[in-house]
Amino acid sequence: MSPNLSALAYLVAAICFVMSLRGLSSPATARRGNIYGIVGMVIAVLTTIANPQVVGYDLILAGLLIGGAIGTVIALRIQMTAMPQLVAAFHSLVGMAAVMVAAAALYAPESYGIGTTENIKIASLIEMTIGLIIGAITFSGSIVAFAKLQGLVGGSPVIFWGQHWLNLLLGLLIVAGASYFCVSQSKEVFWIVTALAFLIGIMIIIPIGGADMPVVISMLNSYSGWAAAGIGFTLENTALIVTGALVGSAGAILSYIMCRAMNRSFVSVILGGYGADHSDNETIDSDKTVKPGSAADAAFIMKSAESVIIVPGYGLAVAQAQHAVREMADLLTESGVRVRYAVHPVAGRMPGHMNVLLAEANVPYDDVFELDQINSDFSTTDVAFVIGANDVTNPAAKRNPQSPIAGMPILDVENSRTVLFVKRSLSAGYAGIDNELFYQDSTMMLFGDAKQMTEDIVKSL
Amino acid sequence: MATEMIDPFIFRLTIFVLAIFVGYYVVWSVTPALHTPLMSATNAISSVIIVGALIAAGPDTMSLSRVLGFIALTLAAINIFGGFAVTQRMLRMYKPKR
Repeated sequence: MSPNLSALAYLVAAICFVMSLRGLSSPATARRGNIYGIVGMVIAVLTTIANPQVVGYDLILAGLLIGGAIGTVIALRIQMTAMPQLVAAFHSLVGMAAVMVAAAALYAPESYGIGTTENIKIASLIEMTIGLIIGAITFSGSIVAFAKLQGLVGGSPVIFWGQHWLNLLLGLLIVAGASYFCVSQSKEVFWIVTALAFLIGIMIIIPIGGADMPVVISMLNSYSGWAAAGIGFTLENTALIVTGALVGSAGAILSYIMCRAMNRSFVSVILGGYGADHSDNETIDSDKTVKPGSAADAAFIMKSAESVIIVPGYGLAVAQAQHAVREMADLLTESGVRVRYAVHPVAGRMPGHMNVLLAEANVPYDDVFELDQINSDFSTTDVAFVIGANDVTNPAAKRNPQSPIAGMPILDVENSRTVLFVKRSLSAGYAGIDNELFYQDSTMMLFGDAKQMTEDIVKSL
Repeated sequence: MATEMIDPFIFRLTIFVLAIFVGYYVVWSVTPALHTPLMSATNAISSVIIVGALIAAGPDTMSLSRVLGFIALTLAAINIFGGFAVTQRMLRMYKPKR
């Protein structure tokens, strides 16, 4: 295939990728979007294989088969609750692939038309180094994120004295090493820079607490895009440059949305330490009384309601109560109650996670609403049924400027006529703060396991 | 001016910057309900880095760069197949009201 024809084919692939993201604007067009993505990828791969330099089909076929089989099996087996870990693991692979491609370009620059060994064009060296560093950070950072999400290491932030100075020093060493590499083209320096970038990737993620993981995953998503774009510049490949830009901006936007949903600045997330030790926070005041209720009470209240809004949180998924909740909602709908779901942006462990978990439990997507869409409806709702969520409903975010979650947008469940709050005990939420909602007159606490309680309500309905 | 050629890098930079703008507007139009599939899909398409791996694995003589290319190719393939398959699996779960 002539270079011009290849370039046009890569352009088509890039357009397919834009269309694949465009398809995600609604669930109705999303699957077609995904097909666009697959078509774009097939075009890009075939175009590259048609390159006259590419003749070693044995290894290529082996790699595609091995990788394809592993990827497909993982994708079909993975639990939806484990999606954040899976995405983190996948990001690490993109990062590692970027590192490997940069190294391959260094060892065989002729294949990429960027010069000869020890005599690579300076522009290509700079592009390659940028792709390498971002790729290495993506790799090691994603591995740490994966380990935290999978529970292989503790989710609490790792903080030590002089951490930021050490990171600064590492950053400066990387810049110095990268500059020296671009001048000397030394392979040893290349690998030293790679090792330093791996190290800083670990250092960046360890101080970030479990509560901020949605931001971390989005950020690493963005990094994987920028790494791909960096390599795209080295390879002078437009499909790679365009895709890298698309993915980079997607991750950046998601990071922004997640930060906004927690009212945290991106910088404070990156500096880390959140969700560490809240033992000095307000302890639960024993003077305040709560109104406990039974499953039968809850069933009675909801059945006689006109409308119910279910507020699910990650605790719902942990208790595996999604299906029981959907069953409850179905029974209520049959008896003429209007049932809707209100999802906070950080209800799950990654952007949009709760929506996937509800979809898996066969909840129709047009019953699920975002915070902005539904928040004003709580005041005209009879029952808010909060299950597995806590901090995202805490009115302290609005009323107490001293609260760690002050300013975080919350679901205004306190405005509904009755709040049913399913919870194991009165313990504090993820952010380690008490919820005044528990002590409100209109709140009935349903103490128990989310799944067990919901199943009991279903029986009573 | 007319005799001076524009560096091809500038062309690529132009493409890159315009693509960031396209990405910005397209991603804001993604419904929040599909943010998880968005991540798995972007993850799959960023594996188009496989084109670099294919070139490295391309020659028929063995070399270090070919081995590196092979590993990168396998990793990217895991991502491509895994990413698209899991996205499709998730998207199939989203159903409208019956």
